[in-house]
Amino acid sequence: MPRFLNLHLGATFAFLYIPIAVLIVLSFNKAGLPTAWSGFSVEWYGRLAANPKILASAWNSVIVATISTLIATVLGTLLALGVERANPSPARDALLFAPMIVPDIVLAIALLSFFTLIKFTLGLHSIILAHVVFNIAFVCAVVRARLKGFDWSLTEVSRDLGAGHLVTFRKITLPLILPSVIAAALLAFTLSIDEFIIAYFTAGAGQASTTLPMQIYSMIRFGVTPEINAMASIVMAVSFVLVLLAQRLNRGRMPGA
Amino acid sequence: MPPRLISWLLMAPGLLWLTALMIVPCLLIFILAFFERGTYGGIDWSAATLENFARAFDHLYFSIFLDSARIALIATMIALLIGYPAAYAIMKAPERWQTSLLFLAILPFWTNYLIRTYAWIVLLNPVGVINNVLIYLGVISQPLPLLYNEFAVILGLVYNYTPFVILAIYSALQRLDPSYAEASRDLGASAVTTFVRITLPLTAAGVAAGAVFVFVLSIGNFVTPDLLGGGKLQMIGNLIYDQFLTARDWPFGATLSGLLIALMMIALFMQAVATGRARGDHA
Repeated sequence: MPRFLNLHLGATFAFLYIPIAVLIVLSFNKAGLPTAWSGFSVEWYGRLAANPKILASAWNSVIVATISTLIATVLGTLLALGVERANPSPARDALLFAPMIVPDIVLAIALLSFFTLIKFTLGLHSIILAHVVFNIAFVCAVVRARLKGFDWSLTEVSRDLGAGHLVTFRKITLPLILPSVIAAALLAFTLSIDEFIIAYFTAGAGQASTTLPMQIYSMIRFGVTPEINAMASIVMAVSFVLVLLAQRLNRGRMPGA
Repeated sequence: MPPRLISWLLMAPGLLWLTALMIVPCLLIFILAFFERGTYGGIDWSAATLENFARAFDHLYFSIFLDSARIALIATMIALLIGYPAAYAIMKAPERWQTSLLFLAILPFWTNYLIRTYAWIVLLNPVGVINNVLIYLGVISQPLPLLYNEFAVILGLVYNYTPFVILAIYSALQRLDPSYAEASRDLGASAVTTFVRITLPLTAAGVAAGAVFVFVLSIGNFVTPDLLGGGKLQMIGNLIYDQFLTARDWPFGATLSGLLIALMMIALFMQAVATGRARGDHA
């Protein structure tokens, strides 16, 4: 039985990683086609760097992910601190869980309808507003997991010794939860920089607010090209590094979505 | 300051953000569902109607709902069949490897969804990697039609969501007290009986959580049917997309989204029941 289980696990890992490995290998294939290996080349990576559309959309994605992560990290951490102190409320927990389970397309069209109705101009800023929604919920979940094992007597001692709420937060609570907060921020950044559908609906028209996933989507619809393989490899490498860092900081605690 | 006031002040900005940009827009969708499209697009606010709901249950659209549910259900089943034994194997692995193995299983989940889906276009297309290898090995002489069909869509969904199933079931297995299974074996039950009668029921909550996640994200999916179904296969997500960006019938798109949310709620309710029952069994 254990042998069968290990074989199954090996096959599962092969299933999960072979498609990714194939993309990376093909991105270095000189001819760029999956038919035959024609020698090692970084030519396709060079072409990416020379494509202004890709560079501009990548920059847009970095702006959206950075700002939405900063806002969501602050609001989500405060939210987690408040929730852990408040009386339990199933309704509030449902509200905090909802952004992770509502289908992207539903949130996307709901936000598009809402922004249109209140005559809000669409652009990078509306994508940021939208990304903060799922990132708040996500940061809150990660920080709450950390606060579950938090020893509140430490903050009580600090208060008893005469420190104010803000000093206690800065000197006691924040240093203790900081690794989780940074881990949550890294994961939120990853979610935001990869998010496609909500950005697609809330970006408005025009190239000015095109994000990298939107650019990737329009390229994929035209077919398989070696440039996409190269870009996919870079995007995956960035995600892997960010998630690896988050995992280190959060000491093995790894939430799912 | 009283502690309750502090906790409310801490929660206020985040809760307000979620209310303004999630609850209000979703409520708006429910309201839109009761109106009709204006003559030149937009919304005709003059009279409320149930017309959109009647249309959603029309044979054409209803069959898309059924197809989506069927595809999501098959994907969920396969993801569970792959995910459960994989999670079990990780749990049985030496303790010091478990965290790394679990991390490795979830890692793909964190990469770009479009790219993970695109990878299957590279593998499955007629001049793609799989057909090339099979032709090279002499197994087939003509390329197999692997892409742009239901098979490709289900494969893509399973590929994208299996990591989450592994995570959900692993956490359920980890919470399980191993002495139950040991007691069952000591009393003479076979390994299979012990698994079916003890381990499986006690991890039902994890199975339910993983299943609901795959089902809900699959049934409302847009990217996978769009890219791997090649436009030949419509699921609810694509239908909603078309109503908003192509047909410009927002009220009907809103109705479909409302029904999708309703389906999601039913799935979550069933999960809550399954979790409650799993708890009740050994409480």
